[in-house]
Amino acid sequence: MMDLRELYQDIILDHGHHPRNKRAIEHPSHFAHGNNPLCGDKVTIYLKMDGERIADVSFEGRGCAISTAAASLMTEILKDKTIAEADALFRAFHAKVTGGAEPETAAALEDDLERLEPLTGVRAFPIRVKCATLPWRAFEAALKSGAIGATVKTE
Amino acid sequence: MKMSSPANLRTLPVTAGQGRAGLDPQAIRRDFPVFENNPGLVFLDTAASAQKPRAVIDGVADYYRRDYANVHRGVYRLSARSTELYEEAREKARRFVNAADASEIVFVRGTTEGINLVANTFGPAFLKAGDEILITELEHHSNIVPWQMLRDRLGIKLVVAPIDATVGLDMAAFERLLGPRTRLVAIPHIANSTGTLLPVESIVRLAHAQGASVLIDGAQAAPRMPVDVRAIDCDFYAFSGHKTYGPSGIGVLYGKRALLDAMPPWQGGGDMILNVTFEKTTYNDVPHKFEAGTPDISGAIGLGLAFDYLTGLGLERVREHEEALSGYGVDTLSAMSGVRVIGAGQRRLGVLSFEVEGIHPHDLATVLDQHKVAVRAGHHCAQPLMEKLGLAATTRASLGIYNDESDIDALAAAITKAQELFGR
Repeated sequence: MMDLRELYQDIILDHGHHPRNKRAIEHPSHFAHGNNPLCGDKVTIYLKMDGERIADVSFEGRGCAISTAAASLMTEILKDKTIAEADALFRAFHAKVTGGAEPETAAALEDDLERLEPLTGVRAFPIRVKCATLPWRAFEAALKSGAIGATVKTE
Repeated sequence: MKMSSPANLRTLPVTAGQGRAGLDPQAIRRDFPVFENNPGLVFLDTAASAQKPRAVIDGVADYYRRDYANVHRGVYRLSARSTELYEEAREKARRFVNAADASEIVFVRGTTEGINLVANTFGPAFLKAGDEILITELEHHSNIVPWQMLRDRLGIKLVVAPIDATVGLDMAAFERLLGPRTRLVAIPHIANSTGTLLPVESIVRLAHAQGASVLIDGAQAAPRMPVDVRAIDCDFYAFSGHKTYGPSGIGVLYGKRALLDAMPPWQGGGDMILNVTFEKTTYNDVPHKFEAGTPDISGAIGLGLAFDYLTGLGLERVREHEEALSGYGVDTLSAMSGVRVIGAGQRRLGVLSFEVEGIHPHDLATVLDQHKVAVRAGHHCAQPLMEKLGLAATTRASLGIYNDESDIDALAAAITKAQELFGR
């Protein structure tokens, strides 16, 4: 039997129970909703962009421990990143959780990737990968849609 | 509380069983190869789809090996035999719901298609702008969306009867909402997300008194209790083969003959016609009028075998089993700290929806799966009800003829493990 503590590490439970940056941003420059139709989970990502730089990022929503922790950790590491850095982080994170080939990541981002490591336990639970990537997909959609907002789903 | 048969009865073959003893789930389990192939599986998701007995699996394979040809077409004997088996399955379906005549049984893909058939044929034939369709808050999406589509097409009104505080249908409100404009009432027999058993006989009486027809979504009831459409006096009754221990892709729509006769065909094609020229087509009689194209022949035959299997067990005994085990489930879960059963006070059959404090259903289901306990976590295709209850999702354990108290105990033990994991 797979050890569930690999999936639900202390850091995941901590962020799941006490999520950081779980609030709305008033007048966001960008936002998007993410839905997981499989379980009904919903997350909204808010951004305040300063040119290419993410000046503030937050989320609201309801979801499982994995998706809540993923959103919480994501907002922590994305603050003050550029769009290019955020994109590189998502690609590296996506490869980690799906078991794909990991792209080269700039040395400056390695600490941030390290912080996402506890989420990689989902690799052994393919159905749960979408829980970990949902906030990131909503983040991507927010960047694309700007202040009009958009909705993405996990499929 | 112990509801299993005494140990010495467990060795009796299941089919021995029209006696007074209750169902023997352990013996029934031996009729379902999935349990042999997945040792230790605690399957509590029959409301999503039931497992299949060997009689259905082998029967479908045998049909393909021995008797397969298209139906209603060939002059040759093989086709005649195939047609006979297909129509025999229709007769079995008639007996299963106690319809007056086999022509009142339309084979469809499942409950959803049955409801859509009624929406698309009864709808335009009998409804006009301003008329009302009355449904309930307990509905599955398949008994909401087809009516919304019809509403937008015809300009009718969709009225939703609320649940009461115990997650049962608020009958007083239902009666208030039922009026002379109500032309159709569409309700579940058993709500799929909560297991609530509705008083369908009295609902039908009230609706008929207002001149409204009644469609019952029987997806969860058909596998769990005797269904007598004439005693209920409903106008339509739809259910799915795959939830009734039969193959997926087949289902049954029962409709009263006079209504089916008055309804226009739905899909056009072969089998539903008597005569076709490029100018005009004469339609076939019911039920063939509603079965365009080559039907799911093996599905219907397999479903007939599932009916045989359930009838062999005795539907009354199946109901007693589901009722007793549901009661044991509610008692067991309610006694656990941090666990809340949704609608615990309701009369229910076969479905237990619950919440575990501090654990999201999706996380819970992952932990349960690690303990080989298969449940459904999510909105159960009943999002409006979940919204009403203020829940994003619940965990649902649902029962079948192969479940017994040991499955509920395994569920409870796995929930405790999840509480330990998340409470650390």
